Amino acid sequence: MSSRSFLERSLASFVAIIEQAIVAEEFARRDGFLQKLDPRVKLGGFLALIFVSVATHNLAIVAATFFLATALAFFSEISLSALALRAWLPVALFTGVIAMPALFLTPGPALIRAPMITANGLRAATFLIGRAETAATCALILVLSTKWPHLLHALRALRLPRAVIVVLGMTQRYIFFLLRAAQDLFAARRSRIIAPLDGRTRRHLAAANAGVLISRSLDLSGEVYAAMQARGFRGEIHTLEALRMRPNDWLALTLFLAVAVTLFWVGGH
Amino acid sequence: MHIPDGYLSPSTCAVMYGGALPFWTFAARRLRQSVGSRLVPLLSVFAAFSFVVMMFNLPLPGGTTGHAVGMGIGAIVLGPWAAMLAISIALLIQALFFGDGGITAYGANCFNMAIVGSLVSYGIYRAFAGHSPLTAPRRVFAAGCAGYVAINVSALLAAIEFGIQPLLFHDAAGAPLYAPYPLRIAIPAMLVGHLTFAGIAELIISAGVVAWLQRAEPALLARSAPNAVVTLGKATASGRESLRRLWVALAALMILTPLGLLAAGTAWGEWSAKQFQDPANRRAIAAASFQTEVPSRAPAGLEKLSTLWTAPFPAYAPPFLKSASLGYILSAVLGTGLIIAACLGFGWGARLLAARF
Repeated sequence: MSSRSFLERSLASFVAIIEQAIVAEEFARRDGFLQKLDPRVKLGGFLALIFVSVATHNLAIVAATFFLATALAFFSEISLSALALRAWLPVALFTGVIAMPALFLTPGPALIRAPMITANGLRAATFLIGRAETAATCALILVLSTKWPHLLHALRALRLPRAVIVVLGMTQRYIFFLLRAAQDLFAARRSRIIAPLDGRTRRHLAAANAGVLISRSLDLSGEVYAAMQARGFRGEIHTLEALRMRPNDWLALTLFLAVAVTLFWVGGH
Repeated sequence: MHIPDGYLSPSTCAVMYGGALPFWTFAARRLRQSVGSRLVPLLSVFAAFSFVVMMFNLPLPGGTTGHAVGMGIGAIVLGPWAAMLAISIALLIQALFFGDGGITAYGANCFNMAIVGSLVSYGIYRAFAGHSPLTAPRRVFAAGCAGYVAINVSALLAAIEFGIQPLLFHDAAGAPLYAPYPLRIAIPAMLVGHLTFAGIAELIISAGVVAWLQRAEPALLARSAPNAVVTLGKATASGRESLRRLWVALAALMILTPLGLLAAGTAWGEWSAKQFQDPANRRAIAAASFQTEVPSRAPAGLEKLSTLWTAPFPAYAPPFLKSASLGYILSAVLGTGLIIAACLGFGWGARLLAARF
């Protein structure tokens, strides 16, 4: 592996994160079914669906939850290709690799003799992949249909302390600030490399970049604190409670919960 | 390492949330006392740093790359309580906005990586670094060990959580409902990857960042080193004084070693195979063992293994010396010399490791 590819891989990771955030913001601005709902309704609804997909002991219920979530994405102008690229494919690859040996290693009656695949193994692997795909799809649709600040605000509905919500909001902003700083560090270094670096120098470079970033982070936290104090911050946390539930939101929440309870009940748990 | 949704049962997830909650509460309370209203910006920025550092592609020996969690760095720079909250926040952003790690498994991920990872790395770093100066190579070694061990302990916990799933949650036909592999498969499968790639990535980032901070901003290492000597000059002076006293004490102990000859008989349990055959020795063994009957001959294992290795200085008495006292002193000098040589070798290895990172 050349030193360039190590730097480029890191740069690609940073760009991918920024790109994901931009794409999410773009989907969240569309005029679809989910985008019109109060973020608290979506948060509650999708958390309920994720819980159903994880808790049920019935594969048909996992499949039904998956298709329901996909249908909601379809009516919310969230493209299936976005779901496939960001959830279905990565989960299939990651969990698929993990689940594959279960086909052969799980004891039980044989389904296929050569190679020996057991019925229990197939069921276990399907459960694992099905649950992971469904939960990841629900989480992704929630993020793609909701602006980040709104989603953070909706977390208040889960009775998370105000301080946590404020920290989450600030963290989200500083992630992009530090990503940009890291991107600049790596890009500056890459532009000055004219010969391949040996392994030791590459490791030294990565650690130095992390060190610079940690130092900047702590400086930044001091500056942010000074700025907060200058604006009157004395430790009390206040947030704007601008969200208002409309009749449509109540209806959607009722539907979400009714569907989740029904699926849970039909599934036998 | 980030456990996705669907791998752990809801009850396991609930237990893990329950396990993490007291740590979060205690950490928040403790930090509020120590940093007050600075807590919010400190946690926010450091959580953002934790998130970004997880994106770093670290070059590993052998030409491949890996990602680190940064649990070692967080605990060393901020202390374990701030690190566990900052990493928990970073994990929540990852789970919620980037689908990395599950929402139901968030408690488990936080418990494994943020809580246990921070505490283990902090404990190991403090234990290995001791009271050494902030710029000592020993701290780089300690940081590397802290990161490496912490991520492996976290991986072991995750493996145990996976491994108990098929035991506890399966359908009527025996098909596992969650992570399908038992402990005997889950533990080695998780640890192989973490003892090699992920562990080395964590070691590189922990040791590397500490080495960089020692050169650029050693003050940032002071939080996790309350007893370290900060000023290099003072450290050297006080270190020399301590070392001189140590040498004097060591020399005195060496001279006093023949005192061991004053003790009668053999130390209990250190009998040789031959002593079991001698009636006088057998009586002495019985007397020292509450008159327990001594076997007529030495145990077979002792007889067999005692011939495997013959010490160059048996009973601290080199065969070429007639004086037992001189033999004792010579053994003490030689033994101490070997230990000092081993320590110097260890220190040289640590410095070499520090220089490499």
